[in-house]
Amino acid sequence: MKHTLQQVFRSGKFLVGFIIFVALLLIAIVYPLIIKYPPLEIIGQGTFFPPGVYVSTYDSINAHSQYILNLNDAATKRIANKLSDTDRAAIKDWLVANGIPEDQIDISDTKSLLELWANNYNPTKEISGMTIAKLRYYQRLDTSLKGILSTEGAIIATNNPQTGTLVQTGTVAQSDYVNINQVANVRVLPLGTDNFGRDVLTELVKALSVSLQLGFVAGTVATLIGLALGLLAGYVGGMMDDIIMFITNLFTVIPNLVLLILISFSIGQEHRGVFTIAIVIGVTSWYWTTRSVRAQVISLRNRDHVNLSKLSGHSVPHIIIADILPYIASYVVMAYILQLSIAILTEAQLSILGLGPRTTEVPTLGLMMNWAMIYQAQILGKWWAYFPVIVLIALITFSMNLMNTGLDQVFNPALRD
Amino acid sequence: MKGYRKYFLNKIYWFLITFVFAFLLNFFLPRLMPGDPVAAIVSRMAQGSSNTAGTQAIYRQYTELFGTNKPILQQFFIYVKNAFHGDFGLSFSQYPRSVAQVIKVSVVWTMALQFPAIIVGWLIGNILGALAAYLRKGFDKVLMPISIFVSGLPAFGMAVILMVIFGVYLRWFPTSGGYGFDLIPAFTWKFIWSVIIHYQLPFWSIVLIAIGGQAIGMRSMSIYELNADYVKYSRFMGIKDRKIIGYVFRNAMLPQVTGLALSIGTMVGGALVAEIIFSYPGLGYTILNGVMGQDYPLISGVSLIITVMVLFATFLIEILYGFIDPRIKAAQTE
Repeated sequence: MKHTLQQVFRSGKFLVGFIIFVALLLIAIVYPLIIKYPPLEIIGQGTFFPPGVYVSTYDSINAHSQYILNLNDAATKRIANKLSDTDRAAIKDWLVANGIPEDQIDISDTKSLLELWANNYNPTKEISGMTIAKLRYYQRLDTSLKGILSTEGAIIATNNPQTGTLVQTGTVAQSDYVNINQVANVRVLPLGTDNFGRDVLTELVKALSVSLQLGFVAGTVATLIGLALGLLAGYVGGMMDDIIMFITNLFTVIPNLVLLILISFSIGQEHRGVFTIAIVIGVTSWYWTTRSVRAQVISLRNRDHVNLSKLSGHSVPHIIIADILPYIASYVVMAYILQLSIAILTEAQLSILGLGPRTTEVPTLGLMMNWAMIYQAQILGKWWAYFPVIVLIALITFSMNLMNTGLDQVFNPALRD
Repeated sequence: MKGYRKYFLNKIYWFLITFVFAFLLNFFLPRLMPGDPVAAIVSRMAQGSSNTAGTQAIYRQYTELFGTNKPILQQFFIYVKNAFHGDFGLSFSQYPRSVAQVIKVSVVWTMALQFPAIIVGWLIGNILGALAAYLRKGFDKVLMPISIFVSGLPAFGMAVILMVIFGVYLRWFPTSGGYGFDLIPAFTWKFIWSVIIHYQLPFWSIVLIAIGGQAIGMRSMSIYELNADYVKYSRFMGIKDRKIIGYVFRNAMLPQVTGLALSIGTMVGGALVAEIIFSYPGLGYTILNGVMGQDYPLISGVSLIITVMVLFATFLIEILYGFIDPRIKAAQTE
């Protein structure tokens, strides 16, 4: 046993897969201990906030102390941030129409672009073919640029309840800074929010752990059924073998997804919990474990040590446990790993079809994918809503497949490099 | 030829038995659903209306229409009788249309997409796997991890990735539908071109997934065969390398053919979900519509069609296999 484990861990492929898998497990276990936000809490009003650090504007204004930093490039950065790519292109269009050679204009260089604009823009000049709306757009752009360029600060005012007038309570100069540590409310959203305004990272970690649990349950159910039936069919043989193989062949040919669709649809939305789905997946995917276990058992059945055991009067369970199981253990472990990763994939497929676990309690990787797809995150370019989910699913299956390939090479020396 | 006849008959017999079971499951599973599906649909339709008499009338009309007021066995025989005429009843969610009409349109799209994609993916995957086994070294070192990674990706994941890269950022291909939304299906160049353009992303997402899995299988089979005694013996005999490789790959291909027969159901399932990502007007999208509309005649009909398609494909592959590898036929008809 110890020797086998040593051999297994010496396989590079297995080790890499194992490390990835353990890392994922650790993330799923440790993250909720450190960050205790409820995973399905709706915090954002609106859909798909981009990833980043969210600082309360109100609290920044009211922070204990304001700091003054004089940074040379502050104004340039402010304008660069304000000017969108379409604005830059529009400025270029105007300048070109005004007779500036196109190769002198570099829209990525904010400073030179603004200089050109300030020197050349003339709000009263009419360019032939330009609509009034476009003309007004340029005038507004010019005003807003001048607004940012001004060095005056913004005034903070409150509404006086008695008179209904605004009373100035303070100003914010352009060189005022706050230390983010002194702002009362800062929320880091490393992966932004999803379509419901929930923290994607927290949700994702919860989904990872739920999906892994689902995989373990489904894989265990499938492997147990598959192993039991495979042993029965292979060792007992005869009539038992015929019946079991008949059912196994049926399951093999009828597409798994179709069965799952029919069963999960029949269960109905209200009764589909995560573990119901896990058991359904397990119950519909045992068949190929049965196939391979049966084939192994048949080849073992008439080996000398099994015959010797029979002659010694050992009971059938004893023979199976002591003389057959150790020989097929490696296959069973490999089948279990595969079942686990397939279960996670299957759940994702079912969820995309709208037949996954019901949506109110816990997220799963499939459900997150389903939500992102329904709200068209992929077309809107909201990568944080779907890409991490795909990466996680791929990492889980990749690590499992690597472990399996590694095990395969350890137990089938012919495949070794 | 005598052996083949027995082999075919055996396969046809299996095909029919499986079909009967699939049919039974297909009829009874959705009907085991707790509660009355018709009541659920009627209550959804009558939401907001306070006219109970009207609701009851709708309910009666629907139970009559779908035949749910009869005992389940009688329903079954009616279903069997109608199914033989290609009639699967009426769709709940797309009401005046029958299930057969809905399926007839979508099945063509699915067949045209999945059949070529799976075959192409299988061929390319096997060639790459064989090359990896033969060349080893660099090619193998690069191809293997990529294959393992790609085969681990779900088909819908690959679909989303291709869609975002080629559809959203590069804008080379459209992101959804089977043809331009402004077109009416007709045999015009414009329509055919639109279909071809819309075909690319779903097609390649299925192909790429298939390549990964097949390449891994073919690689291990080829390595296994390359180390076999007959290869060493042939080398000693001085038979040319090319000829030996011909033998090796023929032998390594055989399990891959069976592998295709065994995995075609899974592949079709994955591809159906990929169809949904692209809103491709095939069976996958029809299932989604059925699920959204709580439309069990439609789901029942679509799953039956998918099962029949997969059964038929498996059957064809097994028949083909009997020709390619006479040993299998001999073993099974003893």
